[in-house]
Amino acid sequence: MDLNYSQEESAFRDEVRSWLNANLPKSLRDKVANYEELGREDLLGWHRILAKKGWVAPAWPKEFGGTGWNVVQRYIFEEELGYVGSPPLIPFGLAMCGPVLLRFGTDAQKKRFLPRIYNGDDFWCQGYSEPGSGSDLASLKTKAERKGDHYIVNGQKIWTTLGHFADWIFCLVRTDSNMSKKQEGISFLLIDMKTPGITVRPLILMDGGHEVNEVFFDDVKVPVENLVFEEGKGWTVAKYLLGHERMGTGRIGASKRELAKLKQFAATQTGDDGRPLTEDPRFRDKLTRVEVELMALEITNLRFLDQMRRTNQPPGADVSMLKIKGTEIQQALTELSMQAVGPMAQPFKAVNGEAFDEFTAGLAPRYCNFRKTTIYAGSNEIQRNIISKMTLGL
Amino acid sequence: MNFDYNEEQQLLADSVRRFLSKDYGFEERKKIVHSKEGWSDKVWSTMAEMGLTGIPFSTEFGGFGGGAVDLMGVMEAAGEALLVEPYLATLMAGQLVARAGSDAQKKAILPGVVEGKTKLAFAQTEKGARYNLAKVGAKAKKAGSGWEITGEKVVVLGAPAAELLVVSAGTDKGLSLFVVDARKAKIKPYLTLDEQRAGDVSFSGTPAELLGAEGKALAAIEEVVDFGTALICAEAVGAMKFACDTTLEYLKTRKQFGVPIGTFQALQHRMVDMYVAYEQARSMACLACSKMDTHADAKDRARAISAAKIKVADNCRHVSQESIQLHGGMGMTEELKVSHTFRRLTMIAQQFGDAEHHLGRFALLDK
Repeated sequence: MDLNYSQEESAFRDEVRSWLNANLPKSLRDKVANYEELGREDLLGWHRILAKKGWVAPAWPKEFGGTGWNVVQRYIFEEELGYVGSPPLIPFGLAMCGPVLLRFGTDAQKKRFLPRIYNGDDFWCQGYSEPGSGSDLASLKTKAERKGDHYIVNGQKIWTTLGHFADWIFCLVRTDSNMSKKQEGISFLLIDMKTPGITVRPLILMDGGHEVNEVFFDDVKVPVENLVFEEGKGWTVAKYLLGHERMGTGRIGASKRELAKLKQFAATQTGDDGRPLTEDPRFRDKLTRVEVELMALEITNLRFLDQMRRTNQPPGADVSMLKIKGTEIQQALTELSMQAVGPMAQPFKAVNGEAFDEFTAGLAPRYCNFRKTTIYAGSNEIQRNIISKMTLGL
Repeated sequence: MNFDYNEEQQLLADSVRRFLSKDYGFEERKKIVHSKEGWSDKVWSTMAEMGLTGIPFSTEFGGFGGGAVDLMGVMEAAGEALLVEPYLATLMAGQLVARAGSDAQKKAILPGVVEGKTKLAFAQTEKGARYNLAKVGAKAKKAGSGWEITGEKVVVLGAPAAELLVVSAGTDKGLSLFVVDARKAKIKPYLTLDEQRAGDVSFSGTPAELLGAEGKALAAIEEVVDFGTALICAEAVGAMKFACDTTLEYLKTRKQFGVPIGTFQALQHRMVDMYVAYEQARSMACLACSKMDTHADAKDRARAISAAKIKVADNCRHVSQESIQLHGGMGMTEELKVSHTFRRLTMIAQQFGDAEHHLGRFALLDK
């Protein structure tokens, strides 16, 4: 056992870090640092820079552009991406639809979609949740009826992240309503967002941001060749995808950056006794506990990766704990950041164009926004259900 | 980076676990705890035969030349079985001899420790000193060719069983270490809450031999207490594993309202949180032991140890408290092992510094 990185691993980290520092455009770095909303071109722009370098989908097979890195290298890369403060790589194509097509897609589907996902030609979004189907995802009602060479889709999706930027949506739809189990009769469809009958309606969150949407389907015609895997077997695909989704929710690199940033600016804030806030034991203890949580999460994540490397098995149900802990840490960091500025957390938006401290004003909205993390991608309660059932056998 | 035990470490951990599960069941342990001495000579001899008493000592003295990572599996097994033999006490005091002692002192003391003939204890803590390692009131002064110590030490783990004591005391030049024949000190023995034997030890002009350089003991003491802290983090992982396993078993078998209580989501989620706490503690024990063996400098080591102890202490409390709550009334009784595990986890949480102590230390190291 040795928790130090090997010389080769450290050299790899240095290589990644210096490349990222040299190639991340300053405008993007500043936007991320100031918690500004990122547009479609910001996100795709960064995606394309990485694609050109050949680093945008490290985990994919080499023939489709994967890097052939081992799990530790992949982890280092992800951590550095977060640490440098790059825009997030939107997972819907790279980490969700891509792996699904690699596992379940036909050759024609792989050829048609994977290169465009890789190169950032198409922006993807995810059509899973519905107004009546949140944690109970399998109860979904959006219907797809087979009519000749097409499915006719009717229904509604909700919480569609960045759906307003998307060219394509992958959807779970019900193709057969007469099955005894609700998990049966669900299919996985790829739908072009330009198809007539699709309406996207924004849902503005409490921080004022536009990230999520409702998507309505009104007699939307989808060619049958856009069905992934077998009709009625969509739940198998969905479960496979959810496992992939959870692996990426720890966001350790980004949390490390946020922690370092918080320490730095908390040191510039004055506590009630006139000393820097970082020397106020009450604040300091909270900060340290978060830092220690983050260390424990990082090592736990590495232990799981090490196990994957040794056993060659995909991650088990225990990755749910990475989601639970990772999101709790992200929330704690936003809460402490907001707390660090005290009364200055109240200003939110300038109204007459005069100079305004955008960074400070961004902290409380960010705290509001991050309440989403313990709800999305399977709420933390659902993650506990998963561990309870799959690992503990309860 | 890797998290594997090597083959030797794996074999050792397996054989210790086998030995303890066969010969150190809850009933056998109870007899040992309530015996006059409070530890078993037979168990101790077997541990020595297995080489456990030699793990962190140089091959020059018959040891294995290992480090904290080599001891992880042993400590984990000790935590699961709630071992009460003075193993940790002997290893820590032995490490002080190994790190501070002269060649002659090492040669005189360590082979006996490795063979299991000599048990040691480290007399450090004093009333009112809490976790401040530099706060030592005991005094030593020269007497002829040797030294004499006067002072009072409290909660000296393993003191009643020890042949030799390693004692910290101040001289004109500062904090120093001494070796004292345990028979020459006055020891008031008692049971600790977690059923180990400890004692308050008083010295009154007691003959002592200087261990290492006079006035330069603090760095060695800090290092060895960090070493002990890493080991009890590993021990805590074993104790938490037992607490989680036995609670899970209880949830699956105990029936109320006609169903196993593990079917209730209110309890399932609490069980999951215990399990996550145990996994997080394991991660931090890995960090502590690994950094103990391969740190860049004392600060790097201390930072990792304090971080580990903060998390382990918090999780000791969480797992132990929840294990009792989920067992209901039966968990409160002496009859179930889980209540004894509760007591050990409670003590580990504040042994060598509680979470608050290490939060303070971590913050200072961060400056």
